[in-house]
Amino acid sequence: MAQVSLKNIRKIYPNGAEALTSSSFQIGDGEFVVLVGPSGCGKSTLLRMVAGLEDITEGELHINDRFMNDVDPADRDIAMVFQNYALYPHMTVRKNIAYGLKNRKTPKAEIDRKVAEAAAMLNLDEYLDRKPSQLSGGQRQRVAMGRAIVRDPALFLFDEPLSNLDAKLRNQMRIEIKALQRRLGVTSIYVTHDQVEAMTMADRIIVMNAGRIEQIGTPAEIYHHPASTFVASFMGAPPMNLLGARLEGGQVIINGDTVLASAEGSGEVTLGVRPEDVIMGAEGTVAFHVEIIEELGAHRLLHGRLAQQEFTIHVSKDFEAKTGETRISLKPDAISLFHPETGKAL
Amino acid sequence: MTEAHTPAMASATSPTQTRKRGIRLSTILDHTILIVGSLFMMLPLLMIFQMTTVPDVEVIKTGPSLTIGDELGPNFQKAMFEASGFSGQNTGMNMLKNSFILGIGFALGKIIIGMMAAYAIVYFRLRFATLAFWVIFTTLLLPLEVRILPSYEVVQKLGMLNTYQGLIIPLIASATATFFFRQFFRSVPEELVEAARIDGAGPVKFFIDILVPLSRTMIAAMFIIMFVFGWNQYLWPTMITTEEDMFTLVRGIKQITQVLEGNRIPEYGRANLLAIIAIIPPVMVVIFFQSWFVKGLTESDK
Repeated sequence: MAQVSLKNIRKIYPNGAEALTSSSFQIGDGEFVVLVGPSGCGKSTLLRMVAGLEDITEGELHINDRFMNDVDPADRDIAMVFQNYALYPHMTVRKNIAYGLKNRKTPKAEIDRKVAEAAAMLNLDEYLDRKPSQLSGGQRQRVAMGRAIVRDPALFLFDEPLSNLDAKLRNQMRIEIKALQRRLGVTSIYVTHDQVEAMTMADRIIVMNAGRIEQIGTPAEIYHHPASTFVASFMGAPPMNLLGARLEGGQVIINGDTVLASAEGSGEVTLGVRPEDVIMGAEGTVAFHVEIIEELGAHRLLHGRLAQQEFTIHVSKDFEAKTGETRISLKPDAISLFHPETGKAL
Repeated sequence: MTEAHTPAMASATSPTQTRKRGIRLSTILDHTILIVGSLFMMLPLLMIFQMTTVPDVEVIKTGPSLTIGDELGPNFQKAMFEASGFSGQNTGMNMLKNSFILGIGFALGKIIIGMMAAYAIVYFRLRFATLAFWVIFTTLLLPLEVRILPSYEVVQKLGMLNTYQGLIIPLIASATATFFFRQFFRSVPEELVEAARIDGAGPVKFFIDILVPLSRTMIAAMFIIMFVFGWNQYLWPTMITTEEDMFTLVRGIKQITQVLEGNRIPEYGRANLLAIIAIIPPVMVVIFFQSWFVKGLTESDK
C-alpha cells in the first residue's frame, strides 16, 4: 500500500532533450493508474524515474511521504514488470520468483511459502521447475508477475507488460492483472500505448503527449470530456470526430446548419463528437454522405463526409445502413468544443 | 498435390529401390573420400605412433615403416616415469602436470581477467571507458614475442623465474577475451540489469548470479581456445623455466632428443610418445567442450 506523489518532476537528458516537462500528480492508496500516450511521449521515462532506473533531473518524488529521489531501486519497496518480461533465462521459474527474496536474506522456509503462494495465485504450480525458454508468452508474463507479487511491494510498476502477447491472450491477461491488483490492493502504475488497456484497467488515466501530461481523470471523464483535441483523438476507437465549426449567436454552425442550439462565445471552434453520439434519421439537422460501411459484427461503422470533413458514425447491427446521402443530428449534451488553435477544451 | 502423388506412392516398390541403391552408392563414395582424407591428414601422427613401437635403432636404420613393434610399453614407462637430464625431476608425469597447470591457469586467468575487464567497461559509467577498451584492444598488436625482453626482466626482478606465477601471470591479460566478453555483455538485454537492480542484486551479485551463468557458452568457447593456446606455449616457458622440475611437455620433449647426443642414439621412441601424449589433452578439451558448447548455444535464449 502506498501513496505516490510527484512534484514538478522533470527529465532532461544529458544531450539537452527534455523527455518530460514539469509534471505533478498524486496517486492514492491502492489506486490503479494508467499512463497512456503514443511512443516517445515520456510515459516510460516517468515510470522509470519512479522506479529509480532513471535519475530525476528536477522535482521531488515521494512514496509514502518518504523522499525517494536518491534512493536505490532495490530500497524503494517497488516491483516492476517489464515489456519483455526480463526473466533470468538460466534460472528456473522458482528461482526467478525467489531471486528478489533471496537477495533480501529472507529465510528459506518463508521464501518457499511465498513462492508457492504466488505460484498458486498465478496457476504456475506445474511450471516451477521449468526454464523461461520452455514457457509460452503468457506463462512468462505470469512469472514476471509472480516475481513482482512475491515481494509484497508497496507499489507495482508495469511497463507495457502485454504488448508482446497476441490479442486474445492480451485480453485475458488484462483481466487477470486487474483482478489480481484488486485482490492484493497494491497501488499500481501501468504504462501502455493501448487506449483499450487504459480504459478497461484504470481507476484513473493519465494521458501524455510529447513529454506533457494532457489530462488526468477517470476513464469516463477522459472519454466523455477530453481536455484537448489530442486526448479526444487518442482515446476511443474509432476516435472522436473533430470538425471545424463556427460559433454564432449562441449556436454552433457547420456549413450553415445548426448542430448545437445553445453555446457561449463566438468565432471559429473545433467541435468534437463521439461516433456513437449521433442520431440517425430523416429529421436530422445536418447532411451526411456515407462512403464506406465497415461491418464489425456487433455494430457497423459508417465512414463518410459531413460538410466536406471526414466523419465516422457508429451504429448498432440492427440499423440498416446504405451508402449515399442521409441526415443526422448530434446529441447536444455529448458535444465537446475545443479552441481551434490550442486544441484545449472550451 | 496429394492426388498427383497417390499413384506414385501406390506403386512405391520400384522407385524406392532405385533410390535406396542411389543413397548407398553416394554414401560409399562420401565415406571413401572422408576416410582417405582423414588417413592422409593423420599420416604424420600415425608415423610418429609407429616409431614409438619399435626400438630406436630401427628408426635410424629404416626410418618410418609399416611394422608395429613391441616397444610401446617400455617406451611409455620411460616417457612417463623415467627422468631425463641431471636433476632427475623432469619425468613425463611431472611435465604433464606442469603443462596442465599452465594450460588451465592460463585459460582460467584469461577468462576471469577478460570478463571482469569487460564487465567494468560495459556496465559502469567509467571515464574514458571506450578509450580504455581500445587501449586494451591495441595490445593485440603487441604479442609476447615483441615484449619478451622487458617481460623477462620484470619477471626476473619480481623473483618469479621458475615459478608457476612467472609462467602464467605475464601471459594472462587478454584483449581477445575482453573483446569477446564485451560484445557478449552488450547483447544482454538492458531490462535484465534493471530487473536485477530492483530485485536487490548489487554489482557483485549481478555478475556472479546473472552474467557468469549467462556467459557459460562464451566461457566454454574461450576455455577451448585459451587452454590450447596456453598448453602450446613454447617460447615463454623456455625463457622463464631453467629448472627441470618446472618444464612443460612442449618444452621438455626437445630436451630429450637433445640431451643424448654424442655417440648414443637419441631416444626417438620416448620423445615421439611424449609428443603424442602432449597432443591428447588439447584434443580432449576440444571434444569435451565442443559438445557442451553446442548444447549451450541451442538451449539458451536471452
